[in-house]
Amino acid sequence: MLDIKNLHVAVDGKEILKGLSLKVEAGQVHAIMGPNGSGKSTLSYVLAGRAGYDITEGSISYNGEDLVPLPPEERAAKGVFLAMQYPVEIPGVTTMMFLKSALNAQRRSRGESEMDAIGVLKTVRKKAAALNVSEEMLKRALNVGFSGGEKKRLEILQMALFEPKLAILDETDSGLDIDALRLVAEGVNGLRAPERAMLVITHYQRLLDYIVPDRIHVLAKGRIVAEGGKELALELEAKGYEQIVKDAA
Amino acid sequence: MSSAALETKETVAGLGEKYKYGFVTDIEMERAPKGLSEDTVRYISAKKGEPDWMLEWRLGAFRRWLSMKEPSWARVHYPAIDYQNAYYYAAPKNTPLKQSLDEVDPKLLETYKKLGIPLHEQMALAGVAVDAVFDSVSVATTFKEKLNEAGVIFCPISEAIRDYPDLVKKYLGTVVPVTDNFFATLNSAVFSDGTFVYVPKGVRCPMELSTYFRINASETGQFERTLIVADEGSYVSYLEGCTAPKRDENQLHAAVVELVALDNAEIKYSTVQNWYPGDENGLGGIYNFVTKRGDCRGVRSKISWTQVETGSAITWKYPSCILRGDESVGEFYSIAIANNYQQADTGTKMIHLGKNTRSRIISKGISAGKAQNTYRGLVSVYGKAENARNFTQCDSLLIGGECGAHTVPYIESRNPSARIEHEATTSKIAEDQLFYCLQRGIGQEEAVALIVNGFCKEVLQQLPMEFAVEAQKLVGISLEGSVG
Repeated sequence: MLDIKNLHVAVDGKEILKGLSLKVEAGQVHAIMGPNGSGKSTLSYVLAGRAGYDITEGSISYNGEDLVPLPPEERAAKGVFLAMQYPVEIPGVTTMMFLKSALNAQRRSRGESEMDAIGVLKTVRKKAAALNVSEEMLKRALNVGFSGGEKKRLEILQMALFEPKLAILDETDSGLDIDALRLVAEGVNGLRAPERAMLVITHYQRLLDYIVPDRIHVLAKGRIVAEGGKELALELEAKGYEQIVKDAA
Repeated sequence: MSSAALETKETVAGLGEKYKYGFVTDIEMERAPKGLSEDTVRYISAKKGEPDWMLEWRLGAFRRWLSMKEPSWARVHYPAIDYQNAYYYAAPKNTPLKQSLDEVDPKLLETYKKLGIPLHEQMALAGVAVDAVFDSVSVATTFKEKLNEAGVIFCPISEAIRDYPDLVKKYLGTVVPVTDNFFATLNSAVFSDGTFVYVPKGVRCPMELSTYFRINASETGQFERTLIVADEGSYVSYLEGCTAPKRDENQLHAAVVELVALDNAEIKYSTVQNWYPGDENGLGGIYNFVTKRGDCRGVRSKISWTQVETGSAITWKYPSCILRGDESVGEFYSIAIANNYQQADTGTKMIHLGKNTRSRIISKGISAGKAQNTYRGLVSVYGKAENARNFTQCDSLLIGGECGAHTVPYIESRNPSARIEHEATTSKIAEDQLFYCLQRGIGQEEAVALIVNGFCKEVLQQLPMEFAVEAQKLVGISLEGSVG
């Protein structure tokens, strides 16, 4: 599904990713762990196609297609979804309005017919209930005045709604208390599917108690320095990043 | 706004055209000789079959105008206008005395169709009566009967001058005096047509009244004149939409709108203005110098202006309220969008004369490209206006780094009991907002339209439903290409 080879990425001329390689198959959940400043968020933005992240070397293949030349909105329509660490506020645009615009923009891009307002409303309501996203939240302006937990739940709701093939979750656990974390994790687990790959980016092992990954990669100084099964997370927790990075060197 | 109302919002992505109203209808025109003189004024007056008092009124205005100077205080720049190098009257030939729509030139109707004006049966469903002004002559007026039943007069002002001279004489020029300003005085001399509305005592006008203005002939100024009088205890909502075809030369538009609200009357006046703004390089476009003023003459009267200004190369416009009656209320809701080389200098004046008068100003200015957008507003509280209240909110949104937003509030208070609040913000569309939309599959143009529509929501909510949808689309179209 996703095949990243020797990826070098610079931001404002400064190299952040320095030869990262990573493969994720459909149906799998991979975790990317790493200390602050290791390039975790850069990786998520590069996959989503954010402007200002320049690929200086290497390749990203997505379902056999070169992802690099595609603008972000086309990537989204092709099933790349990024649940953001800091979901942005858009004043005056109701959440429901935003969801409808996004859903139909993706459908148009894929050559599918648009869903009418009632169709969108029904679909959203059904998925919202499972994530404890209230009707009232859907009427509020997008993320405006939402709590940290509400924002993250809304990100997962969008993931459920758009049914992506590759879902990247960037620090989805940040700013959540344990109850909110559990709710979000349940939502994510409910979306695990044979045709879907997930990349869970996190600083702490805590999230991986709830979302158990098939494989863990440790990112440090712009490269994958260690890989392993879910037990690697526990080792990290015990030894700390510094030791693992040193061991790998 | 209800969620059902929101759901009727349409996405703008399908609207590929830049200025979709830029077509020209090929109809034989009858014109006054080029230039401006007493003869031009006499020609227009004669064409309209006006009584002598009207001609004298016009000539008085013309003589006054000769001694006036074009104002230069607004933050707009344009080459000097040659008032002798324009036509002041243009009418489709052979138009008078149409009894029904079937008699109207099909080409005209085709034009209206392109504009999306529902002139036929759909209008009954929409509940809108349209007095369509095509250049200078009103060619089709609908729904007269239904309005007649309610006693509402809704007709071209030229007709009102003939049929209701007493009403016209009583109110014309009482809100915007003939001597008011350079452009209003010019209009008083050469106005060719416009709309007259009179709502009698205690009548709630049974439908939204709507007029579409369109400048068709080249080198023609449009000088329409609108007068709306709401008698005691009445209510009327009036919608005005404007478009103009694409032309390389600049065209002058100097309208005057006068509103009079008597005791306990309410007038709601909404405008969607998308005159041709000129091209990406600032060539062509309408010069829009408009004087709009409402007089809350009676106690507890209310006048509410809502405007969506997306067009014109230059906009010079300050719809105002004179709050004369005690406890009268004035409102001004505005969205002004300037893109490319457009210049907008717009705002309002709230003149508090009566006791316990209240005013509310919500202005949303959006600048993109190399455009300059100025909010200019006056809140003035006179000595006898005990307990006057004003709330002003001015928000500016910048798209890109080459445009400008300016806020020029003037506040005068001669009564210590006045309470005046002014809030202002300036913001930019943030890169992270755009990226968030893109990541969810929403393309650049649609994302900008979505964010801007959100920014303008408080004002869009004030528009009647059928206009709100058009206004939202316009917001998208007028900002196309603004994010590179």
